[in-house]
Amino acid sequence: MRLLLRALLIAFFAFVIAVPFVLSVYPATLATEALILGLFAMSIDILAGVAGRVPLGHGAIFGVGAYVVAYHVAVSGGNAWIGMLLGIATAATVAALFGALAVRTTGVYFLLLTLAEGMIVWGICYRWTSVTGAENGIRGVARPALISDPHIFYYFVLLTVMMAAFLIWRLVHSPFGQALRGISESSSRMRTLGYNVPLTLTIAFTLSGVFAGLAGILFVLLNNFVSPSNVSLDQSTQGLLMVILGGAGTLWGGFVGSAVIIVLSNLVSAYTERWSMILGLMFIVTMLFASEGLIGKAKALVGARSAGRKTA
Amino acid sequence: MGTWLQVLNSLSFAALLFVVASGFTLIFGLLRVVNLAHGALYLVGGYIGMTVTVATHSFAAGALVAAVAIAVAGLLLDRGLLNFVKDQELKQVLLTLGVALVLNDLALVIWGGDSRTIPIPEFLQGAAHFGTIYYPKYRLGVLAAGILIFLLLWLLYNRTRLGATIRAGVDDAEMVQAIGIDIRKLFLLTFMLGSALAGLGGVLGGAFLTLYPGADSEILVYGLAVVIIGGRGSLEGAAIGSLILGFLATFGQIWFPELAYFVIFGPMALLLAFRPLGLFGRA
Repeated sequence: MRLLLRALLIAFFAFVIAVPFVLSVYPATLATEALILGLFAMSIDILAGVAGRVPLGHGAIFGVGAYVVAYHVAVSGGNAWIGMLLGIATAATVAALFGALAVRTTGVYFLLLTLAEGMIVWGICYRWTSVTGAENGIRGVARPALISDPHIFYYFVLLTVMMAAFLIWRLVHSPFGQALRGISESSSRMRTLGYNVPLTLTIAFTLSGVFAGLAGILFVLLNNFVSPSNVSLDQSTQGLLMVILGGAGTLWGGFVGSAVIIVLSNLVSAYTERWSMILGLMFIVTMLFASEGLIGKAKALVGARSAGRKTA
Repeated sequence: MGTWLQVLNSLSFAALLFVVASGFTLIFGLLRVVNLAHGALYLVGGYIGMTVTVATHSFAAGALVAAVAIAVAGLLLDRGLLNFVKDQELKQVLLTLGVALVLNDLALVIWGGDSRTIPIPEFLQGAAHFGTIYYPKYRLGVLAAGILIFLLLWLLYNRTRLGATIRAGVDDAEMVQAIGIDIRKLFLLTFMLGSALAGLGGVLGGAFLTLYPGADSEILVYGLAVVIIGGRGSLEGAAIGSLILGFLATFGQIWFPELAYFVIFGPMALLLAFRPLGLFGRA
């Protein structure tokens, strides 16, 4: 069993590395997108899964990163690499503001406040025509020459996402990550132990924003285009669903969730336009039957079966 | 004079917000359920009201059918889905988010993507004039309806046994149950009443804001803001929150058209940072 699992993992990594050679252009683009949105989901998981604060406004931070790069490259004609740095810095700033306001609340209030914060950003992107192009968005965001080739861009994304994922993993398993878990379990106990709970959470929110912004930047470089829908509640919702599908708190589960959703959305849109309905149904079914995530659910099912075999 | 016009706009928008948000805050206050499908219920209610009004040529029939239909939808939502994730706030919120996605897409399938409006009754067509000000009669009608609903809800809340039980439930649901009141029944009634208000709001709002895909999340966010400002389960809070938002939204759009959303939600975010439970909220 263990050996099989290891073999499967190795085969999977070989596949991930060989994507540009095995897959044709369109599926390879989907794989790139799955990596990017997996990073986005992971950034949400820092808050939702580790710190126990479920945000519903991360689409805005993702979008801010994307918009800053798009504006810098396509409108002011600046250097894309500098645009990327600016994008991350702006996303981090917005996240710090979001966080500073939101960390005093918990549970549904946290969710509602981040939702409202996200809506502010969406409203600005949607209305501030002179800068954001309103509903038309910003088109023609060219990638820097070095990574303009789709194959090379795939490896660039793979490398960036892996590095980011490693950093997030380190963060969550550091003393800082332990403090976040402690806050998730009992913020009053952590306060008594001398931790500055609001500050810790604000820092976590900001760091989460750095990665969400990075994902947004990669996303705009992939699609060469950004529009208010990338900033919208739907974006935040979809990211959160990816986290939950993959299993909140597992970090890498975000990639499972993003792969499932991207593959499914492309399969489904070949047959029907009702993707949003299917997304909604997935949300409902997940909440009712598998809120621990697909992997957790599968494990539980396998566990129940082997336990059943033992007793029989 | 222009300012008076905008004041009337603010007031009538606030009245509509109150109808929608009062339902939201009732449900949030008593059941502790944040129903993110409330906006979708508003939109579907508006569409149903439109279909019935067009068929029967009666606005009142449209409003009535919409309110009843959405109350039934609320019943199904509560009993059919939320019942399975009792007392798990976050799961409930995310579940209602899924319901919202499904309902909105259904509405798109049935009523299409174009902007639709509800024909308004004859006696409310045209403009009323006071001195030099001309103002659409319909919007005055919405203002009147909002005030009437506030009064009715206030009486229900403060002068009836049911209202007293609901208020008690908002403060301490376990205690209410302990003294022998069937809290499930109370919850269900409240959920249906709150949903009916969303449906009614859809009809009232559909006739002047028009109905279109996306109208649901706009009204939902306004509703959320009202409840966040006013505090969970507070009728007065919902009324004051609606007034604040009505004025901020109307004047924000005139003074800072590009940053209107910031003007509307910035103060709310600030307020919540310092009073996490809202103006009238109690833990």
